[in-house]
Parts: sequence; C-alpha cells; structure tokens
Amino acid sequence: MSLVRDMITIAAVSAGAFFFLAGTVGLLRFPDTLTRLHALTKADNLGLGLVVLGLLPQAGGLRDGLKLVSIWLLGLLAGATVSQLIARAARHGESTR
Amino acid sequence: MSIATVFEIVLAAVVLGLGIWTIVVRETFSATVGFVAYGLLVALIWVRLDAVDVALTEAAIGGGLGGVLLLGAAARLRDADVMAAETPGKVVRASAAALSVLTTAALAGAVLLLPDPAPTLAPAAVANAWATGLSNSVTNVLMAFRAMDTMLEKVVLLLAIIGVWSLAPDSAWGGRPGPRHQADPDGVLAFLARLLPPVGIVVGIYILWTGADHPGGAFQGGAILASMWLLTIIAGLADTPPVSRRWLRFILVAGPCLFLVVGLVGLLFGAAFLSYPPALAKPLILGIEVAMILTIAATLGLLLAGAPERSAKP
Amino acid sequence: MSGTTVFGLCAAAAVGLGLYGLITNPQPLRKIIAFNLLGSGVFLLFGVVGRRGAAAGLGNDPVPQALVITGVVVAFSATALAIALLLRLFKAAGSATLSSAPMRADPDPSGD
Repeated sequence: MSLVRDMITIAAVSAGAFFFLAGTVGLLRFPDTLTRLHALTKADNLGLGLVVLGLLPQAGGLRDGLKLVSIWLLGLLAGATVSQLIARAARHGESTR
Repeated sequence: MSIATVFEIVLAAVVLGLGIWTIVVRETFSATVGFVAYGLLVALIWVRLDAVDVALTEAAIGGGLGGVLLLGAAARLRDADVMAAETPGKVVRASAAALSVLTTAALAGAVLLLPDPAPTLAPAAVANAWATGLSNSVTNVLMAFRAMDTMLEKVVLLLAIIGVWSLAPDSAWGGRPGPRHQADPDGVLAFLARLLPPVGIVVGIYILWTGADHPGGAFQGGAILASMWLLTIIAGLADTPPVSRRWLRFILVAGPCLFLVVGLVGLLFGAAFLSYPPALAKPLILGIEVAMILTIAATLGLLLAGAPERSAKP
Repeated sequence: MSGTTVFGLCAAAAVGLGLYGLITNPQPLRKIIAFNLLGSGVFLLFGVVGRRGAAAGLGNDPVPQALVITGVVVAFSATALAIALLLRLFKAAGSATLSSAPMRADPDPSGD
C-alpha cells in the first residue's frame, strides 16, 4: 500500500515539477507580458496543484491534507488576481504609450 | 554527495546570483524585484537550516511586507531615477571591492573554522521548557528566557513609528498616512480585498495560536494581519486612520505596556523582572502574545503606510 | 562539504555583496536594499551557527533563531524609517540623492 502511495507521489510531484520548469522557461523566453503571464499560469495552477496532489498521500491525516489543499486554493486565488492586475496594467501601459 | 546537498548548492547559487543581480542591475525597480525574490528564496534556506519559525518570519516580513515597502518606494521615486547621481570613482570602487572581498574571506574563514562540537543552548532550552508549558522552544526563548529582547524590540517598533510620523509636514500633522488609494469598486482587486481578509485573519490567528507548540507566533501572525489590513487599504475599501486617533495609539502601546506591567509585577512579587510564576506562565504568555499581535499588526501596517500626508479633516 | 557550510559561505558572500553595494551605489534606495542584503547575510550566519548547534531533538539552536526573528523585525522597522526619510527628502528637495549639490530652487509647497 505504501508503495502505491509513494508511486503516486513521485509521479504527481515530477509532473508538477515539469510544469514549473515549463512555466519558468516560458517566463524567461516569451516576448511580451501577456504571453509570459500565460506561461506563469501553467506553473501556478497546474504545477502547484500536481505537487499538492502528490503530497496528499503522504499527509499525516485529514487536517494536514486540508491544509495542503487550502494552500493550493490560496495560490490559485492569488495567482488569478495578480495576473489580472498585471495584464490590466500592461494593457493600460500600451494604450498610453 | 547526496541529492539534498546538490539541491542546497543550487539553492545557495541561485540566492547568490539574485544578490549579485540586486546590486549590479541598472534600474532600481529591477533591483527591488530581485530583492523580493532573494528574500523568498532565503526563506527556503531557513527551512533547510531547520529553522521554520525564522523561515516564516523571513517570508512574511523580509519578503512580503519588506517587498511591498521597497516596491512602493521605488514606484514613488521613479522620476528621481532619471536624475544622474554621480557614481563613485574607480579608486573608491576598487577599494570597496577589496574591502568586501576581505570581509567575505574573513567570514568564510570563520564559517569553515567554527569549533567542533559546536556550543549550543538547545539542551538548556529544552530542559527548562516545563517552566512555561509551551513546547515550541523558539517561542519559549522569545517570550520567557529572553523576553527582555522581545519587549525592547516592541519599543524599537514604537520608536520607528514615532520617527516616521514625525516626518509629516505641518499641513498633515496628525493626519492620514499615505495617498488615498482609488480602485475600481467592482474590479478584481476590490474582489480579492473582500474575499481574502476573512481567510487571512483566521490564518493569522491560527499561526499565533499554533506558535505555542509548532512553528509560528505573534510576529508571523501579526505580519499576516497587517497585510490583510493593507490589502483593503490598497483596494480603496478602507482609508488609513488619522494617526492622532486615540484608539490607534492605544493599540500601538498595548503590547509593550502589558509586557512592561507583567515584568514589573514579576519584579515586585516574583524572582526578577519578567519572571512568570510557573503556574501562570502559559496564560500570561498567551495574554502578552494576544496584545502583541494587535500591536505588531497595527505597527507594521502603519510603518508601510508611511508618514501622514493628508489632513485628518476632509 | 555539508549543506550547512554551503549556506555559511553563501551568507559570507551576501555580506560582502551588501557592503560593496552600500559603498558604491549612489542612489539612497539602492543603499537601503544593499544594507538589507548585508543584514540578511548576517542573519544567515546566525542560522548556520544555530544549525551546527542542533541538539536535544531540535534541528537548530532556538536562541540564535529567536535573536534572528527579533532582528528581522528590527531591520524591517529601520528600513521603513529610512524609506520614510527618503520619501520626505524627495518631496522637500525634489531629488533623491545624497550629494551636496544645490537643491531645487522651488521646493514643493506642501513640504513644510
């Protein structure tokens, strides 16, 4: 049973790390603000989500699991809001330039 | 070399690279962003050093609130950036580089030549934990064994806020700090400022409460409460209070005053200044922490808001 | 070489970097950032010393940890005061340099 749990953890955390890597490459390589934001959402939403999913089987109990999930939800909320704000600022900057 | 050590070397290299970037990059704004990223990665180093309490403080205050402070200043000084400040000459730079290299070499030598086995106070801190009833040793040191430091640190916060307020121009003396933030009341920032504070307040209080036995405490919780307050101010849902308000000043002095009173009572009826009777130690410490978290949240928030700029009267 | 030593060397380098930036960078805000970098290097040295003193089931000596937590808060309040001074200087003098060159002739009327 613990082998299955460890396999799930390794698979999900590796997938999450891959999305973080892809998001970082995009952040460094993409040409403008909006595409860079697009790359970041992959790391924020999917990468963090997969890492949390992978850590859930290792959580000590329901409380720890809920804490992990709430970290992901807070990350989603913050990421979505901040990308909106940055995108708006970028568009505003373009129109006044 | 284990995988953990490889990870630690990569982490140290990235932190150092960000440090160099922060110093050498041309634009002040980029340096500020670099410093925020540096602060968050330093928090990871603290986790690797098994000092989670410090990691929480570094992430909340060093990276989070400090980042807001520096970014705000960089944005307001953006026009000043254009003004050419004369860079020091080659001789000054060369001697500064030599001095820095010497300092680094001396410190690196000290790190490599630290005595083995290392002196430690950890066994003493664990052995005396019964006296307070708390099992988080860091909270024990902060609130009991070295409570004097923590009390004086509250006084430093108070002095800093007095210093900031005394920079107000005559027209805004005792007035509201910072500019009035305007944001779209139906916009995404106002939405976040309505949604997040209830969650943030619960998390802040939880971190204070769990600090008795697990990593956490009044500083970390207070920083979270302060950031929730600032979020509503930045989103335009609330305004900064005039600094002449009596309730505000009461909150600012509540933490250090309660600390001082408990200390004096210890001096009169107990063994020494700030000595708690063991039976009452836990409730006393929790009481001081509750007063402190309010003081810390208010002080940190007002330090970020800056000097009064607008008259209290509309 | 253990990870703790690596972090110790990193901290020593951060102190040197901060010192260099503090001396050579002409802009006050950059000096403040450099000073914070220096400070964080010093705090990390505390952490490394505390990590080496791990004992009695604790991963890090709690006394240096508590000192660093106090230090972080004090460093933050000092930074906030420095930035408030800088913003006030900018408002009153119209420039944010520490040079002794003559200041702008028409200071902001809202400045005292």
